[in-house]
Amino acid sequence: MNRPFVCDIEALADDAWLLRFGDQLDPQLNDRVHATARRLDQLKPDWLRGLVPAFASLGVFFDPVADPARIHEELLALLAMDETPAIGASAPAPRTVEIPVVYGGEFGPDLVAAAAELQMSPQQLISRHASGVYTVAMIGFAPGFPYLAGLDPALALPRLATPRARVAAGSVAIGGAQTGIYPRESPGGWRLLGRTPKVLFDPTRATPSLLLPGDRVRFVAIEADQFADAGP
Amino acid sequence: MSDHALRVLRPGLLTTVQDLGRTGWRHLGVAHAGALDRDAAQLGNRLVGNRADAAVLELTLHGPTLQLEVPTRIALTGAAVSARFEGEPVPCGRPVLLPAGTLELGAVRAGARAWLAIAGGIDVPEVLGSRSTDLRGGFGGLDGRALRNGDRVVLGDTAPFDCTRLQSTPWWIDPGHDDDPRAPIRYLPSTHPWSAPLARRAWNVSASSNRQGLRLQGDALPTTSADGLSEPVAPGTIQLPPDGQPIILLADAQTVGGYPRLGHVIAADLPRLAHCIPGQTLHFAAVDATTAHRLACAARARVARIGVMIDARVPAI
Repeated sequence: MNRPFVCDIEALADDAWLLRFGDQLDPQLNDRVHATARRLDQLKPDWLRGLVPAFASLGVFFDPVADPARIHEELLALLAMDETPAIGASAPAPRTVEIPVVYGGEFGPDLVAAAAELQMSPQQLISRHASGVYTVAMIGFAPGFPYLAGLDPALALPRLATPRARVAAGSVAIGGAQTGIYPRESPGGWRLLGRTPKVLFDPTRATPSLLLPGDRVRFVAIEADQFADAGP
Repeated sequence: MSDHALRVLRPGLLTTVQDLGRTGWRHLGVAHAGALDRDAAQLGNRLVGNRADAAVLELTLHGPTLQLEVPTRIALTGAAVSARFEGEPVPCGRPVLLPAGTLELGAVRAGARAWLAIAGGIDVPEVLGSRSTDLRGGFGGLDGRALRNGDRVVLGDTAPFDCTRLQSTPWWIDPGHDDDPRAPIRYLPSTHPWSAPLARRAWNVSASSNRQGLRLQGDALPTTSADGLSEPVAPGTIQLPPDGQPIILLADAQTVGGYPRLGHVIAADLPRLAHCIPGQTLHFAAVDATTAHRLACAARARVARIGVMIDARVPAI
């Protein structure tokens, strides 16, 4: 169904506009954010300096020397054009990235308690978490930290009242209605179900982030003795 | 890479390698980083004959003590620093030639930060297109951290020269000299209902401020219940957390945030935020987008003018 998208444009900084498509975590709005980001990335206007796709909004950073009013007009034109699908154009199928995860034990110290809280067995929690297809709704909080939308609502878990001082890199966790992966050791309050040996973010790699905004993600349960072989 | 280096004898409170920051990686959650006062870092580089985007050292409240292995050209910009070379005072805001020896950078006065530019620039590897230290991400600069005792900081190549005593120019630059540091910080208000009341209260800079954000304390602004949906943020974004005490994001800020946004500090005033010291009182004044753009152009023109004047004089040293 083609419902019209309304988009507000506000100043985010003297060199950035904020395009807001809505104020809810809605897959359709999020797809729209990524589609707009992709179009801008393909058009590569000379003033473009950076894009920040978020859940339902997009930050567009531009050359500070450019005239913000002119860029505002260009963005409005782009958004208007976007309402009409180009003939023969179809959105590219999003990439699906498989993330191997060792669930439970030392890798997921919260698995047992979280399963009990959700009134299911740890095995049920694992299979339901691993059967989902998630979307990288946005990357933020830390370099390469993916906010994954698409968590089964029955698996939503409140964050820890007191965040851990240290969460291991690669920890796969649930925080509220979302699931995510900690790219590097850091403090954190999400509930830890497991850990992946994949390196999510390495600034020295040609492609620093394993995941990109808009990617689809599947978790694949592996055994603890496969951890070393499955990464990075 | 040259074998010309600085030896860190004392690291100072928080001394980091910074250039003009990273662009083009915000979609992956990578902060901009970079010198908090870009103008000061660029002009420091001009004073020593570097490209404007060469890496410099950013000093916080108290500077480091450095051993120079060979004669070196330096410049200190930003807030005034108590600096001595082998006991002799080192002037700020101008090119200074120093023989090999010990450069002791002490307290940063009348501001929080200063920048030490060195001819050749700090030659750490570029990570994601920048030499800036990303303290939260743990990369860039010296392995993503502040200077430590015993570090060897490699410098880029420059033409060697002889120097047996400290030499400097009789002229100096002081870009902020005529500005009133108590003048309000100008911001573009958002549509949030508390964006206007921000300007009607006085705010104190909290000691928990850092390169990520300037935390303010004062008569708390009313807040609404829970966080909103996370949206992009930028250096200069004024956030309103649930305790009603605003935070102004700085260069190391995260790329997205869920707190309500009261507006943003205009580009022309961003460098001033680098100089706010804990306990200092801040006032805000709302401006419109046209004024913000005009002031940004004027600020850039001023830096360009000073740069041209420096270039005309620097070869004469």
